[in-house]
Amino acid sequence: MNLTAEEIEAIRAEAAHYEQASAASIEALKIVQAHRGWVSDENLADIAELLGMSPAQLDGVATFYNLIYRRPVGRKVIHYCNSVSCWMLGAEDHREYLQQKLGVKLGETTADGEFTLLPIVCLGACDKAPVMMVGDETHMNVDRAAIDRIVSTRGGS
Amino acid sequence: MGKPLTRNIKPDGTAASLKECIKSGGYEGLRKALKDYQPEEVQHLVKDAGLRGRGGAGFPTGVKWSFVPMGENTPKTKYLVVNGDEMEPGTFKDRLLIEGDPHQLVEGVAVSAYAIQASTAYIFLRGEYHLGAARLRQAIAEAHAAGYLGTNILGSDFSLEVHLHTSAGRYICGEETALINSLEGKRANPRAKPPFPQVSGLWGKPTIVNNVETLCNVPHIVHYGAEWFKGLSRGPDAGTKLYGVSGRVKRPGAWELPMGVTAREIIEEHAGGMQDGYKLRGFLPGGASTDFLLPEHLDVPMDYGSIGKCGSRLGTGTMILLDDQTCPVRMVLNLEQFFAQESCGWCTPCRDGLPWTVSLLQGLVDGRGRPEDLATLERLCGFLGPGNTFCALAPGAMEPLQSALKHFRSDFEAYLPRVAAAGAAHA
Ligand code: SF4
Ligand code: FES
Repeated sequence: MNLTAEEIEAIRAEAAHYEQASAASIEALKIVQAHRGWVSDENLADIAELLGMSPAQLDGVATFYNLIYRRPVGRKVIHYCNSVSCWMLGAEDHREYLQQKLGVKLGETTADGEFTLLPIVCLGACDKAPVMMVGDETHMNVDRAAIDRIVSTRGGS
Repeated sequence: MGKPLTRNIKPDGTAASLKECIKSGGYEGLRKALKDYQPEEVQHLVKDAGLRGRGGAGFPTGVKWSFVPMGENTPKTKYLVVNGDEMEPGTFKDRLLIEGDPHQLVEGVAVSAYAIQASTAYIFLRGEYHLGAARLRQAIAEAHAAGYLGTNILGSDFSLEVHLHTSAGRYICGEETALINSLEGKRANPRAKPPFPQVSGLWGKPTIVNNVETLCNVPHIVHYGAEWFKGLSRGPDAGTKLYGVSGRVKRPGAWELPMGVTAREIIEEHAGGMQDGYKLRGFLPGGASTDFLLPEHLDVPMDYGSIGKCGSRLGTGTMILLDDQTCPVRMVLNLEQFFAQESCGWCTPCRDGLPWTVSLLQGLVDGRGRPEDLATLERLCGFLGPGNTFCALAPGAMEPLQSALKHFRSDFEAYLPRVAAAGAAHA
């Protein structure tokens, strides 16, 4: 088992909330992802064993969701909302500007490993469109200046 | 109290504390339910109040609860599940309630769990609501410490554990039975009904799934009564509603208003009208999966029946506006891309039909459209319509498309090669 004692303990604590341990599958994947950035095949197999699932079953869950990363990502993932209200208010322009600033295409990670750029569906803040989620933080009413600020956190804080 | 749901919500975006919540009557509904009412009486009260589900479908909440087996010889374990998935584009109302007044939701969960005698409740929250998750976690802990949750709540013989379950981003999880599968740790495909979750849901136990806004209404109904709740409304549907507007208006946002206000009042008074230089061409009254309405429908009351009569649905009550400088065909393309991506892939019409829809629309806007494409799109609206797919995602996806084909026909036609015009030039 390659998981740390801390990860295992956190997963067990989550699993205790349910009739069946497998119900903690998403939470477990997120716990490991929070520590390692993404979920590798080895980590996935370990989590599956802890939760009494087959790796294939757990991978079926892992690959189903937008926020579980099965490949390495940058230290911060930028999810730009590409749904309707944000699209109407300029999300496409913002995406292009971001791609240009970061020098990556959608789905890629910057050479220094800082940012990965991914699309996401509606972030539930359509009244503050356009919206972006950077890591755990949601940025609203995003304009070019906000994008400049987001990108300039590179290597910092 | 005209605005029970948002009374504690502060403009600065911070959460109402437990103290503030109690000062405004928080947890009084729970106290009263436990002291004065039998569980079934709470069910009747909610039925009498006429509360309808605020997640989009509008099913009467008390009626839904009444399908749960009650009494001595029923399963000891029953579950209440809060649907806090809110991933329909254009919908952002539950976020306001979760972030602004998490204790109200916790109280709603406690009272509703009492009504169906659930021993455990799960709040299923979309994974992107990090701030909401943190605030709910804190509210649950505070409520536990204050004796509003846990064993023998407020000295009664009712006990309840509440857990927060954060998801990881997938629209289909908002569908009741897919949510249950997701909560069990399975792939979030919808389940066949019957059996209905009220009888056999989470791990085969009786389970009620209710939307966030729906549950937030419940403590107030218990506290102030069914007649009071009905009196809040301006129309046949009881209570208030969180209405919202996004798009090119001056002040996009969400407001708690009497059920049955008109779209005009919401757009013009609350959202400040269209931005300068833009005119309203149409609107989706209740999120991405509702049919377009036109400016001529602005004076229709925003209640379930009235919007239904115009050929759309109230849905989540959060409007998306189409202005005169946005292409309706491209807007529908964006919507269908969303639905195609978020289809769970379980049934063929939806799994194959939505990508086909997207490629036809994409072809149109790229100038590769053929005259027969519009008829094909229309046929797809039928193939993916109600009754032809396993769940309501695909029919919902077709609502904006079929209404756009009807109302904005000339915009679709304008993308077709100009056969007639070429002929005219020749003559
Ligand atoms: S209609 Fe779509 S989302 Fe619903 S079960 Fe079928 S494939 Fe899944
Ligand atoms: S459409 Fe972007 S947040 Fe809703």
